[in-house]
Amino acid sequence: MRFAVLTDIHANREAFEAVLADVTAHGVDRIAILGDIVGYGADPEWCCDRASALVAEGAVCIRGNHDNAAAGASEAMSSLAKRALDWTSRRLSAGQKAFLGGLPMATEAEGLLFVHASASQPEAWSYVTSDTKAAPSFRACKARVILCGHVHVPLLASCDIGGVVREQVFKPGLPIPMLASRRWLAVVGSVGQPRDGVAQAAWALVDTVSQELTFRRTPYDVAGAAAKVRAAGLPEELAVRLMVGR
Amino acid sequence: MMQVRPKEGLQIDGFTLGEKLHTGGFATIWAVTHPDHDLPMVMKVPTILDGYDGPTIVGFEVEQMIMPRLVGPHVPKVIATGGFDVMPYIVTEMIDGGSFLPVFQKAPLPLSDVIEIAARMVAAVADLHRQHVIHLDLKPENFLQRKSGEMVMVDFGLSRHDQLPDLLAEEFTIPMGTYPYIAPEQYLRCRDDPRSDLFALGAMLYALATGRNPWGTPETLRGVRKRLWRDPEPPRAIRPEVPEWLQEIILRALSVDPMRRYQTAAQMAFDLSHPQQVTLTARAHKLKRDGWLTVFDRWRVMRKIRRFTVPSSVAAQLASVPIIVVAVDLSPEGERLAEVLLRAVKRMLILEPDARIACVNVIKTARIGIDQGTDDQGNNLHVARLVQLKAWAAGIELPDHRLTYTVLEGPDPGQAIIDYATSNQVDHIMMGARGHSTTRRYLGSVSAQVVAEAHCSVTVIRLPERGATETGPVAKGEAAPA
Repeated sequence: MRFAVLTDIHANREAFEAVLADVTAHGVDRIAILGDIVGYGADPEWCCDRASALVAEGAVCIRGNHDNAAAGASEAMSSLAKRALDWTSRRLSAGQKAFLGGLPMATEAEGLLFVHASASQPEAWSYVTSDTKAAPSFRACKARVILCGHVHVPLLASCDIGGVVREQVFKPGLPIPMLASRRWLAVVGSVGQPRDGVAQAAWALVDTVSQELTFRRTPYDVAGAAAKVRAAGLPEELAVRLMVGR
Repeated sequence: MMQVRPKEGLQIDGFTLGEKLHTGGFATIWAVTHPDHDLPMVMKVPTILDGYDGPTIVGFEVEQMIMPRLVGPHVPKVIATGGFDVMPYIVTEMIDGGSFLPVFQKAPLPLSDVIEIAARMVAAVADLHRQHVIHLDLKPENFLQRKSGEMVMVDFGLSRHDQLPDLLAEEFTIPMGTYPYIAPEQYLRCRDDPRSDLFALGAMLYALATGRNPWGTPETLRGVRKRLWRDPEPPRAIRPEVPEWLQEIILRALSVDPMRRYQTAAQMAFDLSHPQQVTLTARAHKLKRDGWLTVFDRWRVMRKIRRFTVPSSVAAQLASVPIIVVAVDLSPEGERLAEVLLRAVKRMLILEPDARIACVNVIKTARIGIDQGTDDQGNNLHVARLVQLKAWAAGIELPDHRLTYTVLEGPDPGQAIIDYATSNQVDHIMMGARGHSTTRRYLGSVSAQVVAEAHCSVTVIRLPERGATETGPVAKGEAAPA
């Protein structure tokens, strides 16, 4: 089965739409969204409804910290995120909030574990930014492959037979064999607010038959998304961030 | 983790183990059969020590990752792999010609054999590099031969696939490789340079030609390190009948700085197949090792070196020094076209400043055995064409070592050009196309055939059609990936 794994859409309709078109072109069997559908961007309603429609068609969808906060939960956040969230909260309907608040914290399918942040304690929203930070996820579950988001910078780590966790350097766009002798963790990067210096939407293609993982980038109308952020009166930093991908 | 040990008669995933064929340091090789696979096969099983045997396991994981991604005659075809949960293994086709080691052990070999073997080894390595893989442990034991002649490389446990994660990157703290053949940059722990394999090839050619390894058989890393400043005994000092051009090729491959070696296996293969056109430098004539003062100066620089410049990727390295074939029509009616082609080649050299230009001209022979080696006046046509070709190419203004001239003969000029390009691993063909004529429309033109059938890019140059322009000839380039 071929999964398209999307995460951290952050209310960026332009990026979300571009990735979904790319996903269709690649012919996948199932979509997985690893949370943070809203927050930061100018199109929370549209993104929420689109995610909800995908779920109705069978997509996996996980709750992120921004989704949780938008649904009314109290989350520790930076002031920038807080300002964006207050704005988002006013835009969302009760139904949209109920959808976000009702999403699961983690799901497993075909040997893949889907979670927003570290799998060790999903509700703690820990960032997986290195092999050391990836190790607790491997300890906390039995899944062979862990797919998560939250960080906005792609990362790949493997846990070998001896339990040693190491970050693996990879090239985007090329299939990486997920060797059967190891367990793997991928932070797939952000659709709607990449922070690795590449202003293109990040997502991943996971093939459970060939056991290959491909980190993908999809160009989208960055200027259009940034203009909407400005027009909505959201903080300027959020528009600039999209332009530079940081 | 590894529940089962291999033994004769063991059945696993439908494979039945037969005779143990080889016991190596890190693995055993078994003949196996399988009811669904009707070909001779071997199974490689790593010898994993009790407890956690990191290096062997990671090396085998690397093989399991890389080998199924390789194709072609120069690697064994993978039939199946098995996981570490029961018994890790890789099953491949059995290579019918067997090991190359017994041949190697007879070195020094007759020079004609050295050259022929070298060409086959270099072709194998070129094929591997084209697949983004650097072997990093080339040695005689790791070459097998097919009965059809192709060399087959095995043992990819230290290899690097440039497009996949490098599982070995942080696994070892000491350099990996086999001491007599390991390149200086590998000693410095670089795993990203395809030119490391060319160094190992150079060391093996040296041994085939002289019967000795260039730096003996060091057993310590200290011994390996010496090759950063100490030059080997020139092959001609050991065996005077080694031709200068062969010494040039061997010592060039053994250069310490990868930038001074052949930049691609294809370039090295090209020299091996055009011996008369190898440009001889001082190292070709060398009959003694460098004096102590020179060696001391090198030592002062090299002892501090931590790394050499590394190419950005294997593909980028291969693309940086393309071989471009320029097929020139030297007939009187092709004269204007040849001029335009010359200008196009010069422009191409601005884009590809390190390209090597192989100029070819084809003498069309009759399909059935009539010797056309001499023309009506009895002049040797071949020599005459070569002189003409050189005169044309002088206009390119490229140093000699990057220009070669070859006159091909064949009943089908297009096919002759395509065959030459294929056998020399050419990256690009440039040629002219004559104007439209009825004959050409019905019989097909040489350039159309080359564009359609060549395995590389082809640029076709045309004279502007009559009336199309008032301002003199302009080249029209059509690059066609074929």
